[in-house]
Amino acid sequence: MTPVIEALDIGKKYRIRHQNQPRYGTLRDTIAHAVAGLSKRLLAGRQRGEPGTAPEEYEEFWALRDISFNVNPGDRLAILGRNGAGKSTLLKVLSRITEPSCGTARVKGRVASLLEVGTGFHPELTGRENIFLNGAILGMTKADIQFKFDEIVSFAGIERFLDTPVKHYSSGMYMRLAFAIAAHLEPDILVVDEVLAVGDVDFQNKCLGKMASIGEEGRTLIFVSHNISAVERLCNSAMLLSGGRIAKMSADIADVVKGYIGDAGVAEHAEWTNSGDQYESVWFKPTRFGLVDASESPAHSAVRHNEDVWVRIEGNIRQRNALLAIGIQVYAEDASLVFQSYHTDRDSQTSTLGPGEWKFMLKIPAALLNEGSYKIELVAVLFDLEWIIEPRTIAPAISLVVKGGLVHGPYWTRKRLGVVAPVLDWRCVPTSTSASPD
Amino acid sequence: MTEKRLFIIEAGRKERHYWADLWRYRELFYFLAWRDILVRYKQTALGIAWAVVRPFMTMVVFTLVFGKLAKMPSENVPYPILVFAGLLPWQLFSNGFSEAGNSLVSNANIIAKVYFPRLVVPAAAVIVSVVDYMISLAMLGALMLWFGFAPDWRILTLPLFTLMAAAAAVGAGLFTAALNVKFRDFRFIVPFAIQLGLYICPVGFSSTAVPEQWRILYSLNPIVGIIDGFRWAVLKGNADFYWPSFILSLVMIVLMLIGGITYFRRTEKAFADLI
Repeated sequence: MTPVIEALDIGKKYRIRHQNQPRYGTLRDTIAHAVAGLSKRLLAGRQRGEPGTAPEEYEEFWALRDISFNVNPGDRLAILGRNGAGKSTLLKVLSRITEPSCGTARVKGRVASLLEVGTGFHPELTGRENIFLNGAILGMTKADIQFKFDEIVSFAGIERFLDTPVKHYSSGMYMRLAFAIAAHLEPDILVVDEVLAVGDVDFQNKCLGKMASIGEEGRTLIFVSHNISAVERLCNSAMLLSGGRIAKMSADIADVVKGYIGDAGVAEHAEWTNSGDQYESVWFKPTRFGLVDASESPAHSAVRHNEDVWVRIEGNIRQRNALLAIGIQVYAEDASLVFQSYHTDRDSQTSTLGPGEWKFMLKIPAALLNEGSYKIELVAVLFDLEWIIEPRTIAPAISLVVKGGLVHGPYWTRKRLGVVAPVLDWRCVPTSTSASPD
Repeated sequence: MTEKRLFIIEAGRKERHYWADLWRYRELFYFLAWRDILVRYKQTALGIAWAVVRPFMTMVVFTLVFGKLAKMPSENVPYPILVFAGLLPWQLFSNGFSEAGNSLVSNANIIAKVYFPRLVVPAAAVIVSVVDYMISLAMLGALMLWFGFAPDWRILTLPLFTLMAAAAAVGAGLFTAALNVKFRDFRFIVPFAIQLGLYICPVGFSSTAVPEQWRILYSLNPIVGIIDGFRWAVLKGNADFYWPSFILSLVMIVLMLIGGITYFRRTEKAFADLI
């Protein structure tokens, strides 16, 4: 089966320009410097940065390097990586938007790329007009758009607002419309870049469903995302980019995801301390966050399955707010969220916290989490209003490892499958005369 | 299953299928021009009527000011028609040229995120100017009706001069569009050049006013030939057809087109990075 994409040694280099500031800047120096720079530029010809300009002014930055991979028809490839790893650059090269600095890629079939939601939308035009405009920009013919028009409108769910200028749309409608148009492109290869990063759960599910059906139709999908569960649902192979190079590529998605999590820096510490002015907020500023044992001494981050562990959060509140909720989010090894818990969860504890220093203690009971590594993030929110400490992006995190302590029943001798491993109460009641305990 | 085309992506590769690609994306010319025209008149009270009102008012003012008030001499051609005949091709060129020059930068959002042959963008800008020109042409027709000035067979050559003006705008526009991406100075240079051009080109005067020995040199400016030809076509034998300026104009326009397209295609690959 011939690959539908064959990339060999693709690299992309950018030139970063540095402002060359003289150390003691007099007006005379500044003018002299500007004139010298201008004459240098003119003499060197039109191409700035080509040989002839001062070497210290430009730094070479390789956004991509030694990228070689193959994609077969019908593959659904996920591209993972930290921000700045080169994912969007790779997509741009494959979509022919920008040229590689070296290397070759052979692409068989039409590529449609969705690098941004609503590319080319003009706010003054109505939804109807923008469907045609956006479709044409993405490469559909007018007849094509007309044929699929009703499908697009019903997928987006904006029948009522079809003739209103798009500037009046809510952000949700905007995104649904933009994705609806792109979803009906029917290219041979569809390249999607993190467009699921925004949008509510319904929208994300709709997008995933559409992309799954694209996969079923035998088209190739290249999908960049930070949404691990979407990747696991949709894709049959994954590539991890790190610093512009391919760190891992295989059909074992879980393995690549592990590499990504490791790259993204799983917290290695059992305690976090505020270095001074992090997370400044009048509502709640955390000062310390860590695992402790029952006597409030710092605990080791490894606990046994049959032990309780406490999380201690310390911080100060400068201004009271009834909407304040402090919480934790616990993530498993694959970055999926296991559970959240907020200090306001029990009714009896919901009273507004006044200004001052506060300490929160919460117990993660024994026999809840299964063996494994977890990441606990400290989050804080003004309920339904705004994040004070937002999860997954900036929240401080500590690690928790659950290992050993499986001393419950005789048939539970090693780690079971499952994210949680509770020890539940079973009642065994005989319902016939012949049954009786030993 | 239809035969899938193979694309080879490589540094410095000449895109062999460029013109085929342009043909495949031909509807985009229409859509971008349509978008620009539609957006102009959105949320206005007069709406599309504005497209007619402006040339109409220009025509009225010209007639009143130059025809009646200033009573400028004009042989046996009504003065407004004389001026309009020079103004129309000039406006087609100057609007097309300046819009094309800015088109890439103002469409930066789609250029950075979608693939299509970039030549579509400046070309669509010139198409918008052609549409405006058509409306003004209708005004010229109305003017001629008003003055009872019927044209003769020469008017049939008008499409040729229209095409020349559009081609000149595309050729020059492609240069400035490509240059503007890297050196934004052209945003200022182009309007200035157009202002100068209004006085250099024979819009407000006839090119017969140029002394004979300088006329060939003067005709190196392709717009001269276009305006001369336009006047000749409209003014029913009251303007002479000056062959040298026409030939020179044609040659210059072809050169500008070829040069513009070549330079544009050479620098096109870097647009998304610079824009």
